[in-house]
Amino acid sequence: MNAPQAPLESPGSVGAVQAKLAKFDVPLRLKGGGVLPAYEIAYETYGELNRERSNAVLVCHALNASHHVAGFYADDADNVGWWDNMVGPGKPLDTRRFFVVGSNYIGSCFGSTGPASVNPATGRPWGADFPVVTVEDWVEAQARLADHLGIGRFAAVMGGSIGAMQALQWALSHPDRVRHSIVIAATPRLSAQNIAFNEVARQAIMTDPDFHGGHYYAKGVVPVRGLRIARMIGHITYLSGEAMMEKFGRQLRRAALGFDFDVDFEVESYLRYQGDKFSTYFDANTYLRITKALDYYDPAADFGGDLSAAFARARANFLVASFTSDWRFTSQRSREIVKALLDNRRIVSYLEIDAPQGHDAFLMEDPRYHGALAAYFGNIAL
Amino acid sequence: MTETETIARWVVPGARILDLGCGDGSLLRHLWETRQAPGYGVEIDDAEVVACIRNDVNVLQMDLENGLAAFADRSFDCVILSETLQAIHRQERLLREMLRVGREAIVSFPNFGYWKARLQIALGGRMPVSKQLPYQWYDTPNVHLCTLEDFEALCAKLGFRILERVVLTDGREVGTLPNLLGSLAVYRVSA
Repeated sequence: MNAPQAPLESPGSVGAVQAKLAKFDVPLRLKGGGVLPAYEIAYETYGELNRERSNAVLVCHALNASHHVAGFYADDADNVGWWDNMVGPGKPLDTRRFFVVGSNYIGSCFGSTGPASVNPATGRPWGADFPVVTVEDWVEAQARLADHLGIGRFAAVMGGSIGAMQALQWALSHPDRVRHSIVIAATPRLSAQNIAFNEVARQAIMTDPDFHGGHYYAKGVVPVRGLRIARMIGHITYLSGEAMMEKFGRQLRRAALGFDFDVDFEVESYLRYQGDKFSTYFDANTYLRITKALDYYDPAADFGGDLSAAFARARANFLVASFTSDWRFTSQRSREIVKALLDNRRIVSYLEIDAPQGHDAFLMEDPRYHGALAAYFGNIAL
Repeated sequence: MTETETIARWVVPGARILDLGCGDGSLLRHLWETRQAPGYGVEIDDAEVVACIRNDVNVLQMDLENGLAAFADRSFDCVILSETLQAIHRQERLLREMLRVGREAIVSFPNFGYWKARLQIALGGRMPVSKQLPYQWYDTPNVHLCTLEDFEALCAKLGFRILERVVLTDGREVGTLPNLLGSLAVYRVSA
C-alpha cells in the first residue's frame, strides 16, 4: 500500500521558477450566461510530469494569491510562492515525486484574463463589463489548461479556502479526471454571515468615489480607500480572536492613548498596513468578482439543498481538513462535507486540527497538518 | 486467541466497518487485509490520525463524546468500540448511537471484575493498576470502568441483545467464571 518514498533529505525549495501563459481561443461559456471569447491562464509548474502522466497535482489558490505557489523568481528572490512550505522537494507535496501545477483563475489580476485585461470587442480594458465568473467557470478553464498540458487525470486537486471549493468542484464537474480531492479550510456554501462580510467589502469598494462604476482604469485612478477597507475586513475574518489577541493584545503604537483618531493600538496599525499594501497590488474589480464567486458557490443548490445528492457523482477519494479556530469556515462546515461524502460511501479521511491561527492556519506550517498531508500524498500510487 | 482474531472472526467478509477510537488503524487494516472489509476509523489523537493515514486507513478526526452525527442510520454492518468504552463519559448515548448507525456492534473492555483487580481493592486497599489498566486513579483516562455483569446489565437496560461473548486472559479464552477469571471481554451485540 505504501508507495516507495524517496530518501529523506532536508526539505527544500523548488528554486527559481517562471510563470507561463496558456492562450485559449475556444470561447468559454460561463455559468452566469456570458461568454469569454478568448482568454489566457497564467500558471507555473514544478517537478516533472512522468511518462504515464499519472503524477500531476493541481493546486488551486484562494482570494489574494496566484499561480505562484512555490519557489521564487530569479529577478525577485523575495517573492516566494504562497504555499512554499507545502510544495517542494521533501515537502508534503513532494516535487521529486509529483508534477505540480499552480493555476491562476480567470478574473484574477495576476496574469490570467481579468477585468484589467483588454476586451477584444472594444480594445479597452473590460472593467465593469468583465463577467461575473464562478467556481465552476474556474474549473472549466483549468480543465482546458489540463488538456493543454496533456494531463488527462490529476493524481490530486488540492486547495484551501476558495481553492478548496475548486478542489471540491473538480471532483463534481470532472469526476473521471481527479483521483484525490484535497479540501482544506473549506465550506460547501457560504453562510449568511460570510456573505454579509463580503457585501461590506464590496460596498466599501463600490462607494469609493474613485470606483467610477468599475471603469476606473480609463480615469487613471484606483479605488484605494475601498480596497483598503475591504482588505481590513477580510483580514479580521482570516484570523481567530485568540490569534489576534496573542499577536497584538492591547499594545499601543504610541507612548500613551492619544485621545484623537490617529493610530493608538498595534492592531489598527497592522490593519492599515495590510490595507495599504493590498491596495497597491490588487484590483478592485477582481475583488468584487471573487467575493461573488464565493457567495454563489453552492453545489447543493441544484439538488434542493441536499449536499449528499450533489456529491453522488463524485468518484474521487477525499481528504478534508479543517482548523478548530477557523470561525470563517468552521470545522462544522467541513463536517457537512464529510457527512455528504460518507452518505455516498466515498473514501474519505478528515483532519480537524486544533490550530490557533484561524482561517489562515491552512497556510501555516504545523507538524500535525503537514505530517498528515505528507502521509496522504505518500500513499497516492503513481 | 487475541481480541483482534476474535473481532476478525465475527466480521463477515466485505462488511462495512466503523471503528470508534481506532488508534493507528491497525485493526481496520487487519480487517481489510483478512476480511476485505472496508471501513472508517474515528480517532481524536493527532499522532494516531497521522498514523492511520500512513497506514492507508480512512480516518475521521472527531470526538466520540459528540456522538455519531456524521453517520447515517444503518450505514455500517458493524461498529466497533475496542477498549474505549471505559474512557467515554456518556456510554449509554454512544452505545445507542452505535446501534443506530450499525446493524451490529462489537464492544470490548477490560474487566474490572477480574480477580487481580478485585484482590488489589479487597486486600491491597488500593485502586487496581495492571497491564491493561496501567494508570493511577488520579491520572487515568478511564472514567467508567465496569465488569461483565455491569455491561450485561446495561445491555439489558438498553434492550440490546448479546449475540456472542468471548472472554480472554493473556491471549487465552476463559470458559469458567469469566467475570472473575477474564481480564478482557469482547461482545457482539445488536439492537
